[in-house]
Amino acid sequence: MDAALVLHRLHFAFTITFHYLFPQLTMGLALLIFILKLRAYRSGDERCHKAAQFWTRIFAVNFAFGVVTGIPMEFQFGTNWSRFSKIAGGVIGQTLAMEGVYSFFLESTFLGILLYGERRVGRLLHLCAAGGVLVGSWLSGFFIIATDAWMQHPVGFTRAANGDIHLESLWALMTNPWTFWMYLHNMTGAVVTASFVMASLGAYYLLARRDEAQGRLFLKTGVIVGLISTIVMAFPTGDGQGRNLAKWQPAALAAAEGLYRTETGAPVALIGQPDSGKQKLDNPILIPHLLSILTYQRWNSEVKGLNEFPRDQWPDQQELLYYGFHIMVGLGTVFIGLLSLAALWLWRGRLFEARWLLWTLMLAAPFPYIANTCGWMTAELGRQPWLVYGLLRTADGFSNKVNAGNTLFTLLGFMGIYALLSILFIILMQREIELGPSAEVSH
Amino acid sequence: METFWFWMVGLMITAYVILDGFDLGAGAVHLLIAKTNEERKEVLESIGPFWDGNEVWLLAAGGTIFFAFPALYASSFQGFYLPLMLVLWLLMARGLSIELRNHLDAPMWRPLWDAGFAVSSALLAIVFGAALGNVVRGVPLDDTHEFFLPFWTNWTPGAHPGVLDWFTVTAGLTALAALTLHGSLWVIYKTGGNVCERAAKLAKRLFVPVLGLTTVLSLMTFSVQPRVLASFTERPWGLLFPLLTVSGLVYAWLMTRACEELNAFRGSCVYLGGMLTSAAFGLFPYVLPSCLDARGSLTVWNAAPPTYGLQVALAWWLPGMALAVGYSAFLYRRFAGKVQVS
Repeated sequence: MDAALVLHRLHFAFTITFHYLFPQLTMGLALLIFILKLRAYRSGDERCHKAAQFWTRIFAVNFAFGVVTGIPMEFQFGTNWSRFSKIAGGVIGQTLAMEGVYSFFLESTFLGILLYGERRVGRLLHLCAAGGVLVGSWLSGFFIIATDAWMQHPVGFTRAANGDIHLESLWALMTNPWTFWMYLHNMTGAVVTASFVMASLGAYYLLARRDEAQGRLFLKTGVIVGLISTIVMAFPTGDGQGRNLAKWQPAALAAAEGLYRTETGAPVALIGQPDSGKQKLDNPILIPHLLSILTYQRWNSEVKGLNEFPRDQWPDQQELLYYGFHIMVGLGTVFIGLLSLAALWLWRGRLFEARWLLWTLMLAAPFPYIANTCGWMTAELGRQPWLVYGLLRTADGFSNKVNAGNTLFTLLGFMGIYALLSILFIILMQREIELGPSAEVSH
Repeated sequence: METFWFWMVGLMITAYVILDGFDLGAGAVHLLIAKTNEERKEVLESIGPFWDGNEVWLLAAGGTIFFAFPALYASSFQGFYLPLMLVLWLLMARGLSIELRNHLDAPMWRPLWDAGFAVSSALLAIVFGAALGNVVRGVPLDDTHEFFLPFWTNWTPGAHPGVLDWFTVTAGLTALAALTLHGSLWVIYKTGGNVCERAAKLAKRLFVPVLGLTTVLSLMTFSVQPRVLASFTERPWGLLFPLLTVSGLVYAWLMTRACEELNAFRGSCVYLGGMLTSAAFGLFPYVLPSCLDARGSLTVWNAAPPTYGLQVALAWWLPGMALAVGYSAFLYRRFAGKVQVS
């Protein structure tokens, strides 16, 4: 591969992966904060009110990091992917501009009220502000998914003689069938992250024997919402997303599953190391027929292997795609197990004393981040070698006037800055957690 | 349709400069007008609920350029790769400085972020001014409408300019002067006591450099980009815009002297709006002129996609912008009046 192509890809991949560590928490947390504030408003429950205040502080730090790392994303379409922007800007520019017009204004306005306005506005308006932030951030997610869905499965366009892609139907763009499952799957993933973080912090406070009333509330909320969302993650949203893949990107499905040859009654590989050179899976542990059942609901249906597709349409990072997909699915399964256990213990009234379970929940917080990241790697690596599936190759989309050296320079710059941001983030989070939910903090 | 979007993008950029301009300006001058921790908090509080929303105008304008003039978006973002990365890093430093300052109560923490806030705000004002200067002067677009600019070449705006030359640097300095004035007027309006007094003193001193730089920049513009003068002679009604510029500045000056705080700020808004609309009017129909050969230039016609996309976008863009203006009005009303630091 061309060095500039590799570097432009890494540039976007690195910055978007780092960026998405923050929105996946804030989008999920916006929902949880709204639930807490709603309970506090309706019952006057002071504990929920305090909890909402505390999580709003955590939210604010994450939101700021999300904004700061998000601005480079909009720029990079032009700076690093200018040929793609020129060719497809008439289409994806619409959804990206919608994000700015519909969600950023909403979010920034109501976040201003949520953070600065507790004393200036009444409780009802403050609740509405939390609702506004929730709607804004979930709309933001929608427009981004709609953009990505179009790249995964382009609809509603025509092709000009010079290769430019023009919008033919806004309606088709907004109702892209790919968007539906991907959006639900992604947003549920954000709720999973937020639930795990909330439960984890609750477990921490109980183990540390401080703020225990709040800790119990965090645990209860995190475990219940977390269990529901991890189940929805697998079924129906994960299943729906898998079927999108089978229908429209069969080569991506084959590579993600490590299925190199077409099989009837195809198995699922639980474990195994793909070797893209030899086109085989080393040391596989297989569950026979499962892939056929999951994909087509039949014991012996045929699932196409990678060998069915022309070589120039194979995803070019097969190992990474395989591992990303398997780690996502594996972690998802573990999450359902862990949270079912925790919910059972909660129901029996023993969760708050079960130290081994509290330790496990506390240490589980990083894993939903890994699972969400792996999910996105599956989606984006699976789309390769296409930038817009079937229409524009990734190799034809990057900025050809920005050479490899300049790209490497700014990539390293971002790496350095993001290392610094990570340190700052940890300092700030540590401080909020140490202050805890009982602290009186004015913004 | 293309002309409509040209003016809408122009309006959004104008809104961005007027709105984010006051918080950039406040940032650039806050070390001068606020000395103690409480005073600095007061300045920050005066922009606290607004700055994030103000910055959204930049993103929304960028998004609108993306779908309305994809070729312009693609060409300019690639061509200005290095300066844009600089803008990004500055925007990041600035956002963090504002948000993180009050999170930790350690001795060196706050001065660090205060300095970061001041430096990044001032540099951003200069860079934005220089960016506008680049667009007015033109860039070496070839017949594929592509280019890549180094930071500087020989400092003269000829056929092979850099991002920085004497014209764009002047534009940058003008922007810095104009926005520090704008920011000072905002601070006067939003604060009281020492901060307000120092800001007033500073503002009064800034009028002369702003007027001087504006005049110099305008004269330079006519020589660097003859297109601008031609626009005004072809369509003299456009002289309305420069007239707005001058009257806005004069009004701001009179109102500052009369201690009419809000009106002074309004005058400065009119001045900034006049500057930007004058530039837009002067360039039209060019969105990015080429300094090599006119055929490489990007215009509203060759940078836009077919009509369907431009028309259908109205269906969501107009209500969306109405909502956005509504939210902003609501927010500014809610947080009206002088800030109180508790």
